[in-house]
Amino acid sequence: MTDGPAPVLAAELIRWSWIGDHLDDIRDYLLQHVELTGLALLFGLLLAFPLALAAVQWPRLYGPILAFTGVLFTIPSLALFILLIPFTGLQIQTALIGLTIYTLLILVRNMVEGLRGVDRDVREAAQAMGYTRARQLFQVELPLALPVIMAGVRIATVTTIGLVTVTALIGWGGLGRLFIDGFTLDFTTPIVVGIVLSAALAFAADLLLVGLQQRLTPWARSRRG
Amino acid sequence: MRRIRFAGAAVAVCLALLLAACGGGGNDALQGGGSSNGGATVTVGSTNFSEQLLLAQMYAAVLEKAGVKVDTRLNLGAREVVFPALEKGDIDLLPEYNGSVLSFLDKNATQTTSDEVNTALGPLLDAKGLVALDQSPAEDKDGWAVTKATADKYGLAKVSDLKGKASQLVVGGPPELKTRPAGLPGLKKVYGIEDFKEFKALDAGGPLTTSALNKGDIDVGRVFTTQGAIAKYGWVLLEEDKPLEPAQNVVPIGRKDAMTDQVKQALNALASKITTEELTKLNKQVDIDKDDPEKVATDWLKSQGLV
Amino acid sequence: MGVIGDVFQWLTDPAHWSGSGGILVRTFQHVWYSLVATGIATAIALPIGVFIGHTGRGALVAVNLTNLGRAIPTLGIIILVFQLAGYGFVPVLVALVAVAVPPIVTNSYIGVRSVDPEVRESAEGMGMRGRQVLWQVELPVAMPLIMAGIRTSTVQVVATATLAAYVGLGGLGRYLIDGLSQRDLPQVVGGAILVALLALATELVLGRVQALVVSPGLAERGADAAVRAKVEKAA
Repeated sequence: MTDGPAPVLAAELIRWSWIGDHLDDIRDYLLQHVELTGLALLFGLLLAFPLALAAVQWPRLYGPILAFTGVLFTIPSLALFILLIPFTGLQIQTALIGLTIYTLLILVRNMVEGLRGVDRDVREAAQAMGYTRARQLFQVELPLALPVIMAGVRIATVTTIGLVTVTALIGWGGLGRLFIDGFTLDFTTPIVVGIVLSAALAFAADLLLVGLQQRLTPWARSRRG
Repeated sequence: MRRIRFAGAAVAVCLALLLAACGGGGNDALQGGGSSNGGATVTVGSTNFSEQLLLAQMYAAVLEKAGVKVDTRLNLGAREVVFPALEKGDIDLLPEYNGSVLSFLDKNATQTTSDEVNTALGPLLDAKGLVALDQSPAEDKDGWAVTKATADKYGLAKVSDLKGKASQLVVGGPPELKTRPAGLPGLKKVYGIEDFKEFKALDAGGPLTTSALNKGDIDVGRVFTTQGAIAKYGWVLLEEDKPLEPAQNVVPIGRKDAMTDQVKQALNALASKITTEELTKLNKQVDIDKDDPEKVATDWLKSQGLV
Repeated sequence: MGVIGDVFQWLTDPAHWSGSGGILVRTFQHVWYSLVATGIATAIALPIGVFIGHTGRGALVAVNLTNLGRAIPTLGIIILVFQLAGYGFVPVLVALVAVAVPPIVTNSYIGVRSVDPEVRESAEGMGMRGRQVLWQVELPVAMPLIMAGIRTSTVQVVATATLAAYVGLGGLGRYLIDGLSQRDLPQVVGGAILVALLALATELVLGRVQALVVSPGLAERGADAAVRAKVEKAA
């Protein structure tokens, strides 16, 4: 085995001038990242809601829904995105469909757990008070299920922020584009920037959601400790 | 009730994001503006190696100089992913190599000279609503490289020198190397070279092949002849002494409906200036000096009086 | 129905199962990568999680680590380590260990932490000191959660190990990458199915292991009583 010339380690880890020159690109990638995450969450929530309601309304559906979503989750994200390419090419749909499926899986579980966790007594009291089904759902059950649902939203958000980088392999990627740029140009700076920023983004999003959770469910705070 | 108002605000934000996404989804053709190309934006794409980034930036620069609105979507992945995007209309223009496109569209193609390749390519592109513009003299062919040490050890200078030694060597390249006519089957058929000891599926002229070759995980690597890495690491590019590899002239391939006269004019004026020497020189600046592809492209175009 | 038929054919073709690029070899490579990564991760994460649970220091980190760990851009880590270490297993190993560590830390922490204070007190009352409390009380009680953490970790690692193919290694991810490169859709679908099956199998197998390893009397509710009994017996 021959000892080749010194590998690329010699290159410096971060060339700050590169960062300065590419602030525009970095900003665009960051915006794309936020956009993809936000849209995936939005669609995920919209789709998870009816599915969760169905699972609560007809408990026999829950087992199959859980199993189905569980299986889908084991499909590696890379595969899912590659499989979508022949259908939707490199348009944003390819990335969004894949990302939404993963958020969906996480959100459905948490929504169902949250709604099921609402005390029977509370539900019966609402019915006794003459609440319509819809009113019961929106004014009683959902608020009470909110802590668990929010926990799910937190998990889904952070997971999606990580997954968005994988979409770099199908023409998108948000901050993930920095990884493949660095790979192609044999250059560590963009890669480091990408890792740091996506970690920061996830951290910030998580903090924001924790804050949101505490705002929306002030009663849950006092129960702790 | 505060909760409902908040929910309302959240929904509004989400809708705004949604609208922004629809707007930014590449439908730039709807945005008018002072461009003289009938207002249509040309999206220039590229696959995932540095020479592609260079060429795409060149195309983008000359098109902008000609007053065309340009959008770039670079480093999108390998040809398998990017070419279908061109066919679908996700991108309008791609820097390509006539031989590679031919074997991509026709797995069994065996043409080798530029003329043969272009003739065969024409109707295939036409059927997909695509057109090839003027080719450049520059060629970035597929080749075989070994480290200097390997070359010395086994006495390798030409491809035919591999005969009788291949069974001791590990070869690496893109996954399709195993099946393509100009790949391993071609070596057998044209040169009579026996099976290699092992084939490792890596990438096409990319970081994996480079690293594996330098570390000795492979002995022979599939490379692109204009890669900066060859000079950088002192590899030996085996001389192609029998006709196997097809011509690989740099040629812009675009969607027929996007290739207006204005676009064609700008790109054709550029075509003849790109020679193999120039391209190799520019690649070195990007690969070895680590200069930014956009800057290298623009500086070179300025020196050629094209922008 | 054509694609499904093609995929079925691809999966049942004996040629695809044998040889150095066959399904058996690739599965073995995939399992190997996953085991090594999870093994190293457990060796690192378990002591950390248990330590934090036992002493209570650094709890905030432990609790949030799993969630933040989900955001780890594995692709970025693989590529970065590749730039530094070159071609080989190291980039993949580092990324997979990074994926595997957080759930194990968090679950071990919660497991140890969730031991009923009464049980801990009765153990201390029996004359057990810190280390004994840890090994004979806290760890056995925490076992279900610790195993759950290792299970979650391993399944995630199995799913993520597909990325090994992106940097030229083996494993079932090769079918995804090669299938894409060779424009062979049945290969991509087949590969995806195989990974999903492997992940499911991992989940099931580890579930069985968990049932065996966790001390018999230690169902969730009976845990405290069982440990109390053990503590009293030891006195």
